[in-house]
Amino acid sequence: MISKYLPLVWGALLRKKTRTAFTLASLAMAFLLIGLLQAVNSVLSGGAEFLGANRMITQAKTSFTQPLPMRLLPQIEAVPGVDFVSHSQFFGGSYQEGNSFFPQFAVNPQRLYQTYPEWVLPEAQRRAFISTKDGAIAGKLLADKYGWKVGDIIPLNSFIWTKSDGSRIWEWRLVGIFDGRDKEWAKRANLMYLNYGQFDEARVTGAKGLAGVFVVRVADPMQSERIAAQIDKKFENSADETKTQSEQEFQLGFIKQLGDIGFILNAISGAVFFTILILTGYTMSQAVRERIPELAVLKCLGFTDRTVLFLVLAESLALCVIGALAGMIMATIIPPLILPPEFPIRTNADVWLFVGAIVIVLAGAVGIPPAVRAMRLKIVDALAGR
Amino acid sequence: MSTLTQIREIVLMNLRSIPQRLGASFVIVIGIGGVVGVLVAMLSMSAGLSKTLTATGNPNRAIILRGGSNGELASFLDRAASTLVKQDPAVARADDGLPLASGELIVITEVPRRGDTSGANVSLRGVEPKGFVLRPELHLVEGRLFKPGLRELIVGNGAYQQFDGLGIGQKLKFRGSYWTVVGRFRSNDAHDSELWADLETAQNAFGRSGVSSVLVRLTSVDAFDPLKRRLTNNPQLSVDVQTEREFFSAQSAGTSKSIGIITTLVAIIMAIGALFGALNTMYSAVSARTAEIGTLRALGFGSAPVVASVMAEAMALSLAGGALGAGIAYALFNGYSVSTLGGNFTQIAFNFAVTPTLVLQGLVWAIAIGFLGGLFPAVRAARLPVTEALRGG
Repeated sequence: MISKYLPLVWGALLRKKTRTAFTLASLAMAFLLIGLLQAVNSVLSGGAEFLGANRMITQAKTSFTQPLPMRLLPQIEAVPGVDFVSHSQFFGGSYQEGNSFFPQFAVNPQRLYQTYPEWVLPEAQRRAFISTKDGAIAGKLLADKYGWKVGDIIPLNSFIWTKSDGSRIWEWRLVGIFDGRDKEWAKRANLMYLNYGQFDEARVTGAKGLAGVFVVRVADPMQSERIAAQIDKKFENSADETKTQSEQEFQLGFIKQLGDIGFILNAISGAVFFTILILTGYTMSQAVRERIPELAVLKCLGFTDRTVLFLVLAESLALCVIGALAGMIMATIIPPLILPPEFPIRTNADVWLFVGAIVIVLAGAVGIPPAVRAMRLKIVDALAGR
Repeated sequence: MSTLTQIREIVLMNLRSIPQRLGASFVIVIGIGGVVGVLVAMLSMSAGLSKTLTATGNPNRAIILRGGSNGELASFLDRAASTLVKQDPAVARADDGLPLASGELIVITEVPRRGDTSGANVSLRGVEPKGFVLRPELHLVEGRLFKPGLRELIVGNGAYQQFDGLGIGQKLKFRGSYWTVVGRFRSNDAHDSELWADLETAQNAFGRSGVSSVLVRLTSVDAFDPLKRRLTNNPQLSVDVQTEREFFSAQSAGTSKSIGIITTLVAIIMAIGALFGALNTMYSAVSARTAEIGTLRALGFGSAPVVASVMAEAMALSLAGGALGAGIAYALFNGYSVSTLGGNFTQIAFNFAVTPTLVLQGLVWAIAIGFLGGLFPAVRAARLPVTEALRGG
């Protein structure tokens, strides 16, 4: 049945190859843009799943930039369901003349291993990080980039932390190079962990004893929501109120700060959609207008009005689907190639679904007017060119 | 007829016949209108942001931060350093004989965006009383100033519009205690996105002893260089000295740059799409006029006038589209207020600014797309053999 009509639809599209090609090209560009914008938008507007998170971040409620004091650690550890707790302080160091920046965190090595089993490194290096006060371990990607070897001294100039002698140059001894335990984590191995020992000992007195944020690993991911609530309840109405959220949500929080950009993206998508609607709509109506005598011949041959209607609609749908598919494939392939893995901008299922709906609306809007016109054609008038 | 006369005649004839091809012409106008509209809107966002940030800062004022810190958030000056800075002879004095200087503390707080539950980072600035004398551009629009010692806040107008719960009389909870909003101020610069409180009250509440920065009024613009020299050479201090304007432009460089990159990327993709649309229209315009072009050629019109006529049509239509797009962008977005991530990792609220330069930039894009979209069809029209064209292609 369908295979009978397919050549007809195909033939209609190939009737004017240049026009079809140009229309497809503009459709592809439009959907490349819509796909990319919606991918960004889905990150900005979507909340991360709480359920199933086995790692959570406890930060100061006022802001993550307010470090929490170390004394909260045993209290968090005491919450039932909490397996391990580690602490992490953003170091904010720049390497080599301030041109190279990568994230560094001051941590307790033993606790880091417990909360992030995803990082793997040789046993000797594992131990060395625990026992070296001024030790640091670097991700494999980072070590490869700067050509570091174990034993190197890496000076970092922190824009946040001053040593008690007034200097901001901190020297760290590289004692290990870690990698991700799987491909996904290997892609993220571009950060550095510093031993909290030297960090806390050397910094100015006023800042000593501050932990940063806490990383909480729970035994049962299904319990994470309850545990988060329980931790926050513990510190309610104290000077150090906390906010506990899943690690994923914590990271999304950084991207969400971009704020109203989401509105802008939607406005652009709307403008693009409207533009492409007019462009494609005109092409379709022109294509049908040129073929009026041919459509009349089809009707003479016994095609019903409804079949002609569906033929034109199918043509419009085929045009939109092919164009959109080309655009979406580009939008799917490009972001992972150019963006670092910590930017989760991907054309996920939601985006595809959204774009799918747009394609249907578009195909209907541009196809229905010419299709109805084709359906209502009077054979005699059409053949006479009236 | 000379070639020039030919060109003039044929271009005019062509432009006069546009109404007969209204549908097709409409496609170019809308397509390019879309591109230019989006381009101008996005550029006006970036222009609005830099307008807000460059408005912050008076060449007469200098800001002193801890040496090596990349912003107020990472900076820390203890009380001794802050006092030492204020006593410099380059710092102007108020009528009461005290230095016109304000030690200020920046802390980040989370306030929900309007219609959202997740918190956006907003700066809370603790200021000294001289902070208001220093900034005559800042004035209260509603309510009153905070009283020293009380947990009271005044909020910037931009922050009030963008975030929830900042009306006068409303309370915010930071670190286990409540702060009452008592006033709203307007400064039309980056401070519009901030919450302000008394310095010592803020230090107390957030457990901080020093300040993030010291803002001073200079005795004259020329006093800046000596001030910078004296403070940076002072062995008791480790500070960076910048004019306020210099500091705020540097703070926004990152955000402006990313908006710039996104704008260009979106504009290029849209322009390519519109280019295909324009090509489509112009090819079909040429093919609809094949017989006409053939007749003209048979009458002795050269190929240059034919090319010129097609190009003129494409560019006239794109210009109309460009003007339409820029007009819509102006109508919808000029003065529209939004907030996004600024310096200090906090929110900055600003208004879109559709300036004549941006409109001009949009029109240049429109003409460029029209030029490319018209070029190939024009060449094709000119190359048509006369006999074939007369038969209608």
